[in-house]
Amino acid sequence: MAILVTPETRVLIQGITGGFGSRHAQLSLDYGTKIVAGVTPGKGGQIFERVVPIFDTVAQAAKETGATVSAIFVPPPFAADSILEAVDAGLDLVICITEGIPVADMVRVKAAMRGSKTRLIGPNCPGIVCPGEGKDSHGGCRIGIAPGYINHKGHVGVVSRSGTLTYEAVWQLTTRGLGQSTTVGIGGDPVNGTSHLDVIKMFNDDPETEAIIMIGEIGGTAEEEAAAWIKENCKKPVAGFIAGATAPAGRRMGHAGAIVSGGKGTAAAKIAAFRDAGIAVAETPSVMADTLIRHIKELGK
Amino acid sequence: MNIHEYQARDLFEKFGVASPRGKMAGTPRDAEIAAQELGTEKIVVKAQIHAGGRGKGTFTNGFKGGVHTATKPEEVRELAAKMIGQTLVTHQTGPAGREVHKVYVVEAAEIAKELYLAILLDRATAAPVVIASTQGGMDIEAVAAQTPERIFREPVHPLLGLQPYQARKLALALGLHGPQSTQAAKLILALYKLFISCDCSLVEINPLVVTKAGDVLALDAKFNFDDNALYRHPEIVALRDFTEEDPREVEASKYCLNYIGLDGNIACLVNGAGLAMATMDIIKHCGGEPANFLDVGGSATKEQVAAAFKIILSDKKVKGILVNIFGGIMRCDIIAEGILAAVQETQLPVPLVVRLEGSNADIGKKIIRDSGLAVISADSLVDGAAKIVAVVKEAAATEAAAAAEAAMAVAVAAAKAATEAAAAAAQAAASLPLKSKGTQPAAL
Repeated sequence: MAILVTPETRVLIQGITGGFGSRHAQLSLDYGTKIVAGVTPGKGGQIFERVVPIFDTVAQAAKETGATVSAIFVPPPFAADSILEAVDAGLDLVICITEGIPVADMVRVKAAMRGSKTRLIGPNCPGIVCPGEGKDSHGGCRIGIAPGYINHKGHVGVVSRSGTLTYEAVWQLTTRGLGQSTTVGIGGDPVNGTSHLDVIKMFNDDPETEAIIMIGEIGGTAEEEAAAWIKENCKKPVAGFIAGATAPAGRRMGHAGAIVSGGKGTAAAKIAAFRDAGIAVAETPSVMADTLIRHIKELGK
Repeated sequence: MNIHEYQARDLFEKFGVASPRGKMAGTPRDAEIAAQELGTEKIVVKAQIHAGGRGKGTFTNGFKGGVHTATKPEEVRELAAKMIGQTLVTHQTGPAGREVHKVYVVEAAEIAKELYLAILLDRATAAPVVIASTQGGMDIEAVAAQTPERIFREPVHPLLGLQPYQARKLALALGLHGPQSTQAAKLILALYKLFISCDCSLVEINPLVVTKAGDVLALDAKFNFDDNALYRHPEIVALRDFTEEDPREVEASKYCLNYIGLDGNIACLVNGAGLAMATMDIIKHCGGEPANFLDVGGSATKEQVAAAFKIILSDKKVKGILVNIFGGIMRCDIIAEGILAAVQETQLPVPLVVRLEGSNADIGKKIIRDSGLAVISADSLVDGAAKIVAVVKEAAATEAAAAAEAAMAVAVAAAKAATEAAAAAAQAAASLPLKSKGTQPAAL
C-alpha cells in the first residue's frame, strides 16, 4: 500500500483530447495505468485511442467508469474551473499538471475547496508515480508527465516541488538499486493543494515507505514547516536537497513560487532548518540518493 | 512585471486611490508645460526608472539625485534637461545604471506624517493580507525586524474580499482619526479593489502620507503583477517598458524561454526550473560561476533550443556551456537537433558539455555522437558540471599562459633591445675622445 494511489487506482483525464493531455494519457496507458475515462466538454461519446471513453463532464465520467482520481491537462485559463468541477464530482484526488494558472485563481479554488473531501496536488506539477512490478516499473500508476522507466518499485518516498529534479532523485535511487514507494510532485506554484508536510505525514504513516527524500527550493516557508514537524514526529530517515542557493534575491526563478523576497525563503534558511531537524542534506543535486543511503547506514536502520 | 511611477499613478486615479496630481514628460519642454498646467507653488521632478533609490542616486554626467523640487516651470525644465537622456545609477541599478527616458512632474505634498501600506499575497495562508505601519518612508523590512509591534497585518478572506470594517480597523491602527480615518479607509478599500482587479502580487505605498492640509495621499508606489495572469490584462501588458529590461531576457521571452542573466562565465541550458536552479548550484559547487538561469520548459521545439543558444552566446562573458536535460515531457532528440542547428549557425565559439537523460536519451546522444561535433558528453549532472568547469578553467589558464608568454617575449625583446642600445651607446660614447668624464651618453 503506497500513498495516495495504487496500481489499481482508476484515473480519468480532463483535457484528454489536447496535444499535451493525449500524449501523456497514451504514455500512462503504455505504462499499464488504469486510465478509464477522458473528459472534454463537447466531445462526449468519442473514444480516445479506441480504448478510453470520453465524457462531457467529470461527474458523468466518474459515475460511468468508477474513476476516483483525475489528472488535469487543460490550459491555464480553464484550469481553475476544471479543478472545481472535479471537486464537485466528489473525486478523492485531483492532480493538476497545468502550468501558468493565475495565483488569484488558485487562492479562490483553495478557499472553495475547504471542507471538501477532495485532495488537490499541484498545480504546475509532474504528478504522481507508484511504480509497478514489471520491467521498467511497468504496471504501476503513473499520473502526470514523469518518465515511467526511471522508476522502480521499492520503499523510498520522494516528495518535491520541481519536476525534473524529482526525476533526477528517482533515477539516482533506481540506479543504486533503491526503489520507490510513491513519488509525489507537489508543484512549483506559491499556492498549491498539497504541501511537503502533508506528503511527509502520509509517508510517515505508510508501512511500505521506509525512508524519504524531500526536495525543496527557494521561496516560501513550506520546507521549514515540514522540517519542524519531522524533527518532532518523523520516525523514518529523511534526506533533503534545496535548489537555488545561487539564485539572486528578488528574481523569480522560473517557478512562480521560487523567489527570495523580503529576506525570506533563502536556501540557507531552509538548509539550516533541515539540519536542525536531523535531515541529511545533499550538498549537490547529484548526491541526493547517496546522501539518503549514507544517512540510513548512520542511523543503523 | 513592473511599471513606472507615472503609470502607477494612472492606475490609482482609475481605481480612486487618492494621490498627488502629476504628469509624465518625455522632453524638458513638456516638463515645463506640465509644471505650468499643474500650477502649484512647489513641484517635484522625478526620474522614471524601474529601480528604487532614485533620490540618492547619481547621474553619470555628475548630476546628483533623481528626485528634485522646484518652484518655477523654467526650473522644472532645467532639472528635466539634466535627467532625460542621462544614465542614473542607484543602489538598485548596479554600476551600469539605467537611462532615463521620462520624468514625472508632480505637485509637492506638504507632509505631516509618513505611513506605510501594502497588500500582498500571503503564501502561508493562501490569501491576501493588508500590511500597515506607522513607520512610513523607511525600509519596511528593517521596521519588521526591529519593531515588529509597529507592523499591523489584516488577513483577507479570499472569497469575501476586504470588508469595510477591516479598512476602518487598519486606519485606526495607523493612528488616524475623524475625517482622515474615513479617507484612509476609503483609500485602503480602493487599493484592494485595484489589487484584485489587476491580478497584482504586490502593491506597496511607501510612503502613504497625511498632508499638512489633512489629506491622506499615496505618494509613491511599487507594483508587482502576477505574470501568469497577464494574458487577461492587455491594458497592463501595454505598460511594459522593454528598455527597462535586460535585452537578453526580452529576447528570451519572445521564444517563451525563461532566462535570467547572472554574472558568471558558465552558461547553462536546462529543462525545468528546479533542475535549472540546481544546475546553477552545482556549477558553483564545482568551482565555477553560473552565467545565467535558463529553463527551456517542458515542450521546447528545435527552434526554441537554437534561440536559447544564441541568447546564451550573446553574453560575451560566457566561456563555456553546460546543457543538462532530464527529459520527462522534453524529448532529448529534440534538444540534440536544436543543439546541432545552433552550432551550425553560431560556429560554437566556446566549449560545450551535454548531459542527456530521460525520454529518447539514447537517440539524442546518438544524434550528437554522429554529428562529429566537438561536444563533450557527460554521464551525470556532477560529471557535466565538473567537466565544463575544468575545461573553462583550462582555457582560461591556457589563455593566461599564452598572454604571459607573449608578455615575456615582449619583455625579453625589449630587454635585448635595451641592452643592445646601451652597448651601442657605450661604444659610441667611448669613441668620442673629447667626452667629459661622468656624463652619461644621451641614449641611456
